[in-house]
Amino acid sequence: MSVDPIVTARFLYEDSYTLDRYLKTGGYQALRKALNMNPEDVFKEVDKASLLGRGGAGFPAGRKWSMLAKNPVRYLVVNGDESEPATFKDRNLIEKDPHQIIEGSIIAAYAIGAAQAFIYCRGEFALGLERLEAAVKEAYEYGALGRDIFNSGFSLDLVIHPGAGAYICGEETALLESLEGKRGFPRIKPPYFPAAIGLYKKPTVVNNVETVSNIPWIILNGGQRFASLGGGSSTGTRIFALSGHVKKPGYYEVEMVKTTFRDLIENYGGGVRDDNQVKFFIPGGVSSPWFGPDLLDLPLSQEEVAKNNSMLGSGSVIVVDVNSCAVRVAWRITKFFYRESCGQCTPCREGSGWVEKIMRRIETGNGREQDLDLLLDSLDNISPGLRWPPAQTTICVLGPSIPPSVHSAIEIFRDEFLIHIKEGRCPYD
Amino acid sequence: MPFSEENKEKAKLLISLYPQKRSALIPLCHLAQGQAGYLARDLIEEIAQMLDLTPMEVIGTASFYDMFHLEPVGKYLINICTNVACMLNGAYELLEYATKKLGIEVSQTTDDNLFTLEETECLAACDNAPCVQVNHRFFFKVTPKDFDELISQLRQDKLDIPPHGVLIRNLRTLPKATSETEVLQERIAMDEARARRENK
Repeated sequence: MSVDPIVTARFLYEDSYTLDRYLKTGGYQALRKALNMNPEDVFKEVDKASLLGRGGAGFPAGRKWSMLAKNPVRYLVVNGDESEPATFKDRNLIEKDPHQIIEGSIIAAYAIGAAQAFIYCRGEFALGLERLEAAVKEAYEYGALGRDIFNSGFSLDLVIHPGAGAYICGEETALLESLEGKRGFPRIKPPYFPAAIGLYKKPTVVNNVETVSNIPWIILNGGQRFASLGGGSSTGTRIFALSGHVKKPGYYEVEMVKTTFRDLIENYGGGVRDDNQVKFFIPGGVSSPWFGPDLLDLPLSQEEVAKNNSMLGSGSVIVVDVNSCAVRVAWRITKFFYRESCGQCTPCREGSGWVEKIMRRIETGNGREQDLDLLLDSLDNISPGLRWPPAQTTICVLGPSIPPSVHSAIEIFRDEFLIHIKEGRCPYD
Repeated sequence: MPFSEENKEKAKLLISLYPQKRSALIPLCHLAQGQAGYLARDLIEEIAQMLDLTPMEVIGTASFYDMFHLEPVGKYLINICTNVACMLNGAYELLEYATKKLGIEVSQTTDDNLFTLEETECLAACDNAPCVQVNHRFFFKVTPKDFDELISQLRQDKLDIPPHGVLIRNLRTLPKATSETEVLQERIAMDEARARRENK
């Protein structure tokens, strides 16, 4: 069953990123409506929608806002540092509908009474940065930003802040450090949320690009209507980024819960390339444990996926066909974490290197008999117990994100690891 | 070579956008790379001076980020993504082809200082795997044949790719509209109004 898209509705237009097209398609109407409401009522509307954060952790946006400490100076930061491997929804939202992000940000800033808003955009998105900056300029000239927006008495400045290439800056406290002009080191918790102490030690809300993109629709159509889509705590629609061995990889905005992984892969993705069988799929970015083909009929619901010991994470699904090596995929994921560990905490900094080394050894046919035990032991030292959700011994969740993929690879494809070690080669080479 | 007069003006505007000066560090480093191609020592010192930091603080921060180069790189920085989605679609084969084609290893620069080759992490274009960026401009579904074509066009200067500096075309041109004190007064008034409503 398909519903009308919410955040990708404008993507069909060639000039979807211009103010002209935005205004022709109902743009900035939600902001006008919101500015005529009390900030509390705007907040209530978003809370009613029970909009879950779309960044990866899936924390309700309304609750995040409500935790904001009472301080006259507060900030809104929009997280556009999309770098979870296989996630490519935010880049498309930034490049194709920057005004929607800006409008959502202004409404959010109004609801929480933010003194200034920032959009942290990943540095590698050259085109995205250009489009965002151009859109901000248009918005100022149109009167949607700056002093006394639409004669409401509400003023807001918005700054597009470029990143410079660091996965860890997607972690909200690392992002704030980066925005303060420092190395992207995640901050020690507590405080658990920047809502208490955030940017420049002031209460701050950090929301994902896709999360704020939903806000204009929610204001125009009501939180109730948004909540009526999907089911359980997974409300509304969501963009799923589908990649790997599918015929039509791409981003698909679908209603949550009502769609299954099989629908997504077969109906939207056109099935597996060369009509092969699915060997396994990664349900929510490389930090999530893998699923075998037996779980293809699982609905795209945060709760259902959690019940099966994984997560929807950033909404990116990677499909791997039967002709591919699971060990190689697991190795590449560990290599990623090894490269991106910020180096603050020992389990993550040292552990990621150990695990990558052992995985590379096995994949290249140099594995030793005791390597599988050594691997599990190393993983256990990064995240004790190897359970889901993973235990945390580090400042941020990058460390605990290292074991799940390798651990689930060993659980599902233990034989494949053993063949690599016994035969001293990769059977797929 | 110090910042050009034009870039000095841009730097001043960038600094004025943030409640605290140091926040402009990353944008200013991008500005410096746009001018010199890398973070040249004298530019680092100038940035430090503008932000009331020491040069070491600038280097210490910049060295954390993959996009900043403390050593000169080629005119064209070629980033080939080899992360999972690209790997499943032939990225490592492409990377190997690229090293042979350019006659350099990963992280090296060609003798003519035209190309620097880098293996990079996911660039968020997994539906177009394998993807490549040249000075952070995308090229999608790149085959070895496409790569040949890309290199030949770059050699002939036929592509519209700015040399260095991801922000070179789009630095902020508008100043902030409200000062921090004005915002503060406005927000205090808003909070008081809210408190009055709640007390009713």
